[in-house]
Amino acid sequence: MMRVAWLILRKDLTVEVRSKEIAYTTLFFAVSCVLVFAFALVREGRPPEDGAAGILWISVMFAGNLALGRTFERERQSETLRALLLAPASRPAVYVGKLLGILALLFGAELLLVPLVALLFQAGLLAHPFWLTSILVTGTIGFAAVGTLFAAMLVRARSRDVLLPVLLYPITVPVIIAGVRGTATLLQPELDAGIARFWLALLVTFDVVFVTLALWTFEAVMTD
Amino acid sequence: MSPAAASTARPGLDFDCVTVDEVSRHFGRRRAVSRVSFVAHGGRIIGLLGPNGAGKSTLLAMLATLLKPSAGVIRYGTLTAADAPPELRGRIGVLGHDLFLYPELTARENLAFFAALYGRRDAGAAADAALAEAGLADRGDDLVSGFSRGMRQRIALERALIHGPRLVLLDEPFTGLDQASTAALVARLKGLRESGAAIVLATHDLDVAEGLLDEAIFLREGRMVESLSRPEDLRSAYHQAMTGGGRS
Repeated sequence: MMRVAWLILRKDLTVEVRSKEIAYTTLFFAVSCVLVFAFALVREGRPPEDGAAGILWISVMFAGNLALGRTFERERQSETLRALLLAPASRPAVYVGKLLGILALLFGAELLLVPLVALLFQAGLLAHPFWLTSILVTGTIGFAAVGTLFAAMLVRARSRDVLLPVLLYPITVPVIIAGVRGTATLLQPELDAGIARFWLALLVTFDVVFVTLALWTFEAVMTD
Repeated sequence: MSPAAASTARPGLDFDCVTVDEVSRHFGRRRAVSRVSFVAHGGRIIGLLGPNGAGKSTLLAMLATLLKPSAGVIRYGTLTAADAPPELRGRIGVLGHDLFLYPELTARENLAFFAALYGRRDAGAAADAALAEAGLADRGDDLVSGFSRGMRQRIALERALIHGPRLVLLDEPFTGLDQASTAALVARLKGLRESGAAIVLATHDLDVAEGLLDEAIFLREGRMVESLSRPEDLRSAYHQAMTGGGRS
């Protein structure tokens, strides 16, 4: 499975490095989002309490939705998703490959977004790098796991651009809440490791459930 | 490249013929294919002929294992798609109407990617051999987005054959090709037939199909209305089948 997933990831990254289409659009959108919120919410240099956590996750989710749609649109244009499904590999391997590609893009976006949000909202996001990395990684995996499944399912739907967020956001609400609350915990003057651990455990649980369900159902949803 | 030489699949998955037995496919209440039966033997080319909406592409998608039949069964040798492991797909090559190529990748990268995806350990060498077979060895490092339709079609055909399939499925392979490209594709298909592959192609192009097909299956509104071995005067037979002259 991992051989095929690696091949698909490498192919997706090569295509993205050539076109830079998804990286530019998602980053532009995410940065614009952070800037708009910063201008709207930061008054006289005083940001709202815990605002940075919400803005960071909103930006990641919006950018993720855009990246998911464009990644699968690319596979639809030349019907190459069909070619992947025709390969003599288990269909979950195709899912894992696409998921890893989405994660690479989102982690790249987060590398830019975290310092930007920390700067504009004067938030101590980088004070606890281990906890922040853990929460961001697990939250992004949970969001992308569901998103990759839905984006693949909707690749032939005419109104896929509308349907993807309509389906994706309600299902991933637990991930978003846990991500925001976990990140907000890191912004307190004194870190409460117990609370941070609770939100992280919740995110890990969501990841296990969502990834397992997606691997289990991908074959069925991709075979008519 | 002969199918046997390039085979990477398990020996138990080899097959000499594909049997389509009373296969139907419905989409909701719409009947796309209805009770179609035929056998595709190795070393023969079968043509699926019929107007748009006749069910040709749906039938090919079922043969490719992308669609499940609503009724009936397709057997690859003794195995059905439902019984077989994913490796069965490694014995099938598909050239769709869309070419299944990544325009942002070079021809060599596309071929090497699919060779590796199909389990070829020598993916780079396989890609080079496929480029030579397509007559595009000197364009291997060019992006596919810069190729003409004919060149893309040649690359796509080699992509479909890079793993040495036993069953080759082609959907309208002559669309948009000039005479030289059509002649090259016909020659390639005849070569594949000689190597023992079973070939099923859906086409509207009766002039090209004439003389190429070992068997012609006429489809109308999802039903098989006529089947001819070694068809001659294909245009007349087609007209007769589509206007109700054939058996139903």
